[in-house]
Amino acid sequence: MSEHLPVLLVVIPLMAAPTAALLRWGRAAWGLATGTSWVVLAMALLILRRVQDEGVISYFLGGWAAPIGIEYRIDTVNAWVLMIVAAIGALVMPYARASFEREIQPSKIPLLYAGLLLCLTGLLGIAATGDVFNLFVFLEISSISAYALIAAGPDRRALHAAYKYLIMGSIGATFIVIGIGMMYAMTGTLNMADLAQRLPEVSSRTVSVAFAFLTVGISLKLALFPLHLWLLDAYTFAPSAVTVFLASTATKVAVYMLVRFFFSIFGPGFSLEVMAFHWVLLPLALIAVISASLTAIYQLNVKRLLAYSSVAQIGYMILGVSLASVTGLTAGLLHLFNHALIKGALFMAMGCVMYQVGSVRMEAMRGLGKKMPWTMAAFVLGGLSLIGVPGTVGFISKWYLVLAAVEAGMWVVAALVLVGSLMAVAYVWKVVEAAYFQEYKGEFEVRQAPISLLAPTWVLVAANLYFGVNATLTSGVATRAAEVLLGVGP
Amino acid sequence: MRILGLYNYWIFIFLMMVGFYILISRRNLVKKILGLNIFQTSVFIFYISLGKITGGTAPILVEGESEVVYSNPLPHVLILTAIVVGVSTTAVALSLVVRIKEAYGTIEGAEINAMDNRMPPP
Repeated sequence: MSEHLPVLLVVIPLMAAPTAALLRWGRAAWGLATGTSWVVLAMALLILRRVQDEGVISYFLGGWAAPIGIEYRIDTVNAWVLMIVAAIGALVMPYARASFEREIQPSKIPLLYAGLLLCLTGLLGIAATGDVFNLFVFLEISSISAYALIAAGPDRRALHAAYKYLIMGSIGATFIVIGIGMMYAMTGTLNMADLAQRLPEVSSRTVSVAFAFLTVGISLKLALFPLHLWLLDAYTFAPSAVTVFLASTATKVAVYMLVRFFFSIFGPGFSLEVMAFHWVLLPLALIAVISASLTAIYQLNVKRLLAYSSVAQIGYMILGVSLASVTGLTAGLLHLFNHALIKGALFMAMGCVMYQVGSVRMEAMRGLGKKMPWTMAAFVLGGLSLIGVPGTVGFISKWYLVLAAVEAGMWVVAALVLVGSLMAVAYVWKVVEAAYFQEYKGEFEVRQAPISLLAPTWVLVAANLYFGVNATLTSGVATRAAEVLLGVGP
Repeated sequence: MRILGLYNYWIFIFLMMVGFYILISRRNLVKKILGLNIFQTSVFIFYISLGKITGGTAPILVEGESEVVYSNPLPHVLILTAIVVGVSTTAVALSLVVRIKEAYGTIEGAEINAMDNRMPPP
């Protein structure tokens, strides 16, 4: 049983998805989805522990040995990403019940759970697999279900947002397949470990072109500036629970893909010295941090504000990756986890507001500090974490990021990271000001959000504080993962 | 002559650019999907022609003959999967277009953008 964990992790949500779609009763589908997501989390934690104790887990699908069959290969990096995705999934499912019942037609609710489960399957599959074509298939499973989930938003603009995401996402995926095809043409293998061995032997222009196609394709998926435009509408118009899930997992898994291709498959030697990718990605990441943070300040819709902030935070992650030192990669991987906690908490708080007030416009926030104290307190703590105040997870990632920039002697980069944090103060403050220093003027009596929404929100807020104080666990795993990627550690 | 000998890749690049151009230049939502389809199909041709070996046959084991030259079946199998992915993307895209037509009454991207901008912000 336990040796099949890597594949069960993917197969169980995959089987649960059609079952949830067949259940015509929303509550039953919810129960199934929640149960599945908790089982998945338990398995992901078991895998993480086993990887830490015993090293790399290699699983052969159907018993076919590695270069011929599909291999699921889980090292510290995958196990880390699997744990993040599974944890967010396990929190979003309980949260989704009340949120969907308010925003979605009852007949469609079971289908949305099926979509969430399929998206979870795809994301876990990307993180678990050791085969590049398998990775593409899972990427499309997660993306296609994400298009359907976004289109379920209550506003009609959700349809247009989903369509735009579909076009951009499909271009990205096709670029990735072209890259994979070129790698296969040169090496005759699709297995990641095998590719890593054979690519240095065949270095030709085709490999460089494959690298370029993969970089652009994955950058589209992770919404790196200037390829981020699909993300804004998608996050703004998707149902609240869907936004929480996608914002804290989908782009993170894309960052993982980038790291996996650059460091494990092409290798730091090729990526850094021959292709010098960091000189392309580093400026883009910095522009993302500054321009998206600046634009976020002027947003009048809080979900859109947070979407711009997500683009900026992706900039931080890519910044860490393109510093390409152990500290830099650690910062990138840490922020992967920390940002999932931060944005999860913030978007969940906005889901609570949407549930009670029916709008997330800036003027709808007026006076909510008194009317919905627990919700807005969660938002404030999440916001502090986003800024990077000591005692929160945001501080830990900023600390490593600045450290990595200083290590590399890039003082300007370190300064710009801090400027980005200052801008975060400005946009978080706008919401706080409306919520706490203005009077509520609406006609309806606004009450506290239900406990089923508040509980997952506060679990994430508590995680923000806990891992902000006790960072040895997360930074230890992230450092080990960074060492694995750069090939310096065991 | 070497350049002409690689005509399959030229077809791939030509189709890819045609599809990509349609995708970028057209504002009609259905035409965009057509462009996306051509773009994806070009990749199918790229993969399939990768596996072709001159004079190669189908990869079937013939008893008594050990020196059979056959085409590589793996890219063909991979592309079956990619075709399925492409079909499902198209299906989701077309159903989105149907819903957009119901909600907006048009499938012209420019008109939808104008209507989006006229609507009160979310």
